Amino acid sequence: MKIISDPVEISAFWNEVEMKTPGHSRLEACIQCGSCGGSCPVAGDMDYTPRKIFAMIRAGMEEEVLKSNTPWYCVSCYTCAVRCPQDIHITDIMYTLKNMAIEKGLCKINSAKHFSKTFIGYVESNGRSFEFGLATRQSLRYMPMGMLGTAAVGLGMLTKNRMEMTPSKIENINQLQTILATAKELEVTS
Amino acid sequence: MKKYLFYPGCSMGDVARSYMVSLMAIKERIGLDLQEIDDWNCCGATEYFSVNQLPAHALVGRNLALAQDQSNGLDTIMAPCSACYLNLSKTENYMGENQALNDAVNAALGAGGLNYKPGSMEIRHLLDIIYHDIGLDVIKQHVTNPLKGLRVAAYYGCLIFRPDVNNRWTNPKSQRAFEDIMEALGASVVDYPMRAECCSGHMPQIDRGTAYEMIRHLINGAAEQSADVIATLCPMCQLNLDMYQKEMNKYFRKQYSIPVLYITQLMGLAFGANPDELGIGSEFINPRAALERVGTDFPEEEVKPKQKKKDEGLPMPTIPSEVKER
Repeated sequence: MKIISDPVEISAFWNEVEMKTPGHSRLEACIQCGSCGGSCPVAGDMDYTPRKIFAMIRAGMEEEVLKSNTPWYCVSCYTCAVRCPQDIHITDIMYTLKNMAIEKGLCKINSAKHFSKTFIGYVESNGRSFEFGLATRQSLRYMPMGMLGTAAVGLGMLTKNRMEMTPSKIENINQLQTILATAKELEVTS
Repeated sequence: MKKYLFYPGCSMGDVARSYMVSLMAIKERIGLDLQEIDDWNCCGATEYFSVNQLPAHALVGRNLALAQDQSNGLDTIMAPCSACYLNLSKTENYMGENQALNDAVNAALGAGGLNYKPGSMEIRHLLDIIYHDIGLDVIKQHVTNPLKGLRVAAYYGCLIFRPDVNNRWTNPKSQRAFEDIMEALGASVVDYPMRAECCSGHMPQIDRGTAYEMIRHLINGAAEQSADVIATLCPMCQLNLDMYQKEMNKYFRKQYSIPVLYITQLMGLAFGANPDELGIGSEFINPRAALERVGTDFPEEEVKPKQKKKDEGLPMPTIPSEVKER
């Protein structure tokens, strides 16, 4: 028995989202029930709720989706993912949308994009994250006005011995860099 | 002694140093033997996955491969940070479920002379190990200073129960693990419906208003139940609820003041360790008042004598005495 009677036209955008999500996103199974948006602790501040985003992906609205703040406001709490009656990998799809927004230069949430990029920059050069560098770079770039407030918090972190001034580095950093470079090549060609 | 491979994660070295210190202080008492994975790297948090997903899985894959090579018969990796726990278990699980991802991650690992066979390592959170392997009886045996009267909100955060890729928490009985442990320490556990809600993760770096609202909601829930302390299991949760609590107060003109401590710190206190041994004192919201009520001895606080200001200001005009008299 055929479950879907009308063949749904798969837009190029939908196809790309599916291809770039590791495993099977199950996006095609969305029944637009809205459990995701209803469960989301951040839905109120998102441009579109996850349910709407999935309808937009299926409609091929690439630019609107990738320019929206929705994937960047996802806090990866997995509430929607466990409540989804169709078992759609919602959090992974949000990661895919972030990847694509950066890749296509459509990301409008610069603070989030740069935070991610600075973070992975430290990981790629040291193998470990580096809170102090991350915090200062982010604050200087996006909160120069609020710098007094954040500097007080940052200073607290230092005086309470909760932040290192220098990044720690793994021993076999070359091995890690080779692995990451190979993975990046594979991602482009797949 | 129960032995596990140990993945500390980056936070345990700086922002969550007190989590590490307190874990090290109690581990032998409860029979926990931890073998740190040599040369482990960052799990990628959410940031690496936001930029490139396959390299992020390869980043996690290196940790899995190193653990597998160093396991020497051990088959469990313990992670005390919920975000690390999620990333390690998710990559492990996805590699097993998805051949294409497994091939790609192993091709990348192969370039560095490593390989990981899905299914060879089990990833478990510290809470899971304490509750299921150590057990409440052993904990109770070691309690010398019960936390009697301390009202604790046991806060799990997101990533222990969700997405639970290995179905470790499906038994309803174990869904009270944290509360049960706190009660075993003698504490009074308050009703805390927000116990598995999100601490806002990295939202403070993206939108402060959104983040502070999430933090307010969590702190308020504990305050409404007159909790003395919020107990946490994750560096990110502790950081957001503690470090940003004052900022959030300013933002909403509130006066909340609830200290946020790690599970291991509360265990240590009940086991009779002193606050110093448990890294207590590095919090933004001082837990001293709450803990002194349950008999925790703190070293005498240094009272700095108030320095009298020397009169070095500019000469001020004074009213001549004859004018005053008139």
